[in-house]
Amino acid sequence: MGSLVYVDNNATTSIAPEVLEAMLPYLTERYGNPSSLYRFGGSVHADMEQARGHVAELIGASDTEIVFTSCGTESDTTAVLSALATASDKRHIVTTAVEHPAIIGLCEYLETAGYTVTYLPVDEQGRLDLEQLSDAISDQTAIVSIMHANNETGVIFPLDEIAAIVKQRGCLLHTDAVQSVGKLPLDLRNMPVDFLSLSGHKLHAPKGVGALYIRKNTPYKPLLMGGHQERNLRAGTENVASIVGLGRAAQLASAHMEDEQTRVRGLRDRLQEGLIAACPDTRVNGADAPRLPNTLHISFGYIEGESITLLLDELGICVSTGSACSTGSLEISHVIDAMQVPPMYAHGSIRFSLSRYNTDAEVDYILEQVPPMIARLREMSPYGHE
Amino acid sequence: MWDYTERVKDYFLNPRNVGDMPDANGIGDTGSLRCGDAMKLYIKVEEIDGQERIARASFQTFGCASAIASASALTEMAIGLTLEEAEKITNDDIVKFLGGLPTAKIHCSVMGAEALHAAIANYRGEEPDEADPEARIVCKCFEVTEQKIRDAVHEHNLTSVEQVTNYTKAGGACGECKPEIARIIGEVLAEKARLASADAPSSEREAAIRRLLEEQIAPALGVHGGGLQLLAIEGDRVVVVMTGACSMCAGMNTTVKEFVEKTLQEQIDEDILVEVGG
Repeated sequence: MGSLVYVDNNATTSIAPEVLEAMLPYLTERYGNPSSLYRFGGSVHADMEQARGHVAELIGASDTEIVFTSCGTESDTTAVLSALATASDKRHIVTTAVEHPAIIGLCEYLETAGYTVTYLPVDEQGRLDLEQLSDAISDQTAIVSIMHANNETGVIFPLDEIAAIVKQRGCLLHTDAVQSVGKLPLDLRNMPVDFLSLSGHKLHAPKGVGALYIRKNTPYKPLLMGGHQERNLRAGTENVASIVGLGRAAQLASAHMEDEQTRVRGLRDRLQEGLIAACPDTRVNGADAPRLPNTLHISFGYIEGESITLLLDELGICVSTGSACSTGSLEISHVIDAMQVPPMYAHGSIRFSLSRYNTDAEVDYILEQVPPMIARLREMSPYGHE
Repeated sequence: MWDYTERVKDYFLNPRNVGDMPDANGIGDTGSLRCGDAMKLYIKVEEIDGQERIARASFQTFGCASAIASASALTEMAIGLTLEEAEKITNDDIVKFLGGLPTAKIHCSVMGAEALHAAIANYRGEEPDEADPEARIVCKCFEVTEQKIRDAVHEHNLTSVEQVTNYTKAGGACGECKPEIARIIGEVLAEKARLASADAPSSEREAAIRRLLEEQIAPALGVHGGGLQLLAIEGDRVVVVMTGACSMCAGMNTTVKEFVEKTLQEQIDEDILVEVGG
């Protein structure tokens, strides 16, 4: 195959050519500050607003409910801290054990600052028990923050049911939808979510841009102050080129939604079935739960993830491993740990995540190269031999 | 393979002496599945020119690239050696042979040296002594003994829990044993300091510094579960290592500067500078 087979799209994606093309003028001749009064700056503002409209349309929001940020992590942090600031008497947060580090890390910090956090467990398929969610919410709960789809396994949480429960308890709801926006249809008009985080570089826009959806009339306190930008909701001169890029990427995501659900899903399913058929003692994590159409999280028994990842790298195949053989931190990812994947498998976990740019030929190449490589590593392993 | 040397990459991508050995007469097992790496080393000892030498060696590894490379390198290093020579191979020798390993991966080389020593012991028919207090396990996640931690601290002059974790993996998973590791570090360093101070005649000023550290500063830190150990006094430089809770505290440097140094400056000499050694 010679060239790179990039199947790590939950880590980041390539910038779509159309997105780059839309951005270039703002990196060259149209460098004006959107806050300036003269037309050279002010006209840029109008283009930014158009981008806002495209992002709003992708998730079924109004333009005024979208605030541009620098990344998904900023969106997550803003939402949670805003909820704590606007309900200062409430000192409790409900989240899950499998959130992205952006939320887990923030919650761990907040615990040291006197807040209490409930981390809802998941079952072995990565699913939540919604009864536990309902029980966890109290009148002390300032916000519930639950991701829409898991970045490692692709397991989708039932956001509509979650929203119904949280709203019935009169609590604010934030969802980290960084992995699902652009891959799953979303319509916030029919889903009472208060905050939603999304990130540009997961949907073929550049790194360094994200957005936070804030439902109309939701109490809000900005994270970045000291500037009137974003209607006083997020200070700081706008990353105009990337915002325009995110707008274009949102348009493209809407246009390719069908492709994501059919062709990309087909590629993923073929990859999954091919690997399972060719590699014995292999399991798919979250296989029985609803999953993102592009994600395959697979555990190869008896071998270790870093070795697999580096040998795949030698073959020009880019993937992530859920296991890090290092010290100073837990050996297997918190998600795999929460799903109680047995250690014999947990350490050999690999995530393949596809995008609309992946092809049948690439899946063929992976299916041809990976099984012998897995067999070779297993020969080296002290385990799994009769 | 971002931070691996060319040599590590080579031994990972083209491992030498892979697989089990049906006619092995010494087998060494180390690591465990739970900790994410495990190694099995097979040796065939034969008498060559009147000496017992490792005629062949092979390995099986469940682990990352550096675990595979360490095991593979080890077999090459061991083949042809007498048992006495092979026994002297340390993890540092493996690291040197590979041209270095990332800090977080040092434990792979430690595992290699252990597997070799275990294989030699197995060949000689030695059984591990379960009743030995030195076999006491401190880190339950990774089955690391107190002796192993003591040896690592002693040999490599380690002063922090993090360093011990990098060398032995102890404390790398649940972290429950970290206070105990800190205590062991303190003990080993105290022993070392005692040996060192016995050799060197100390001036009056040095004695005053020692007294102040022992009688005032250490007890004050002890209130918070922490402590400190004097490593050296060189002119105005006072080198200490923080132990117990202090060694893991984010505010350690502030404690050193604002409390330890200030107290010494105020009560003994304003030129004194306190540094954290290691």
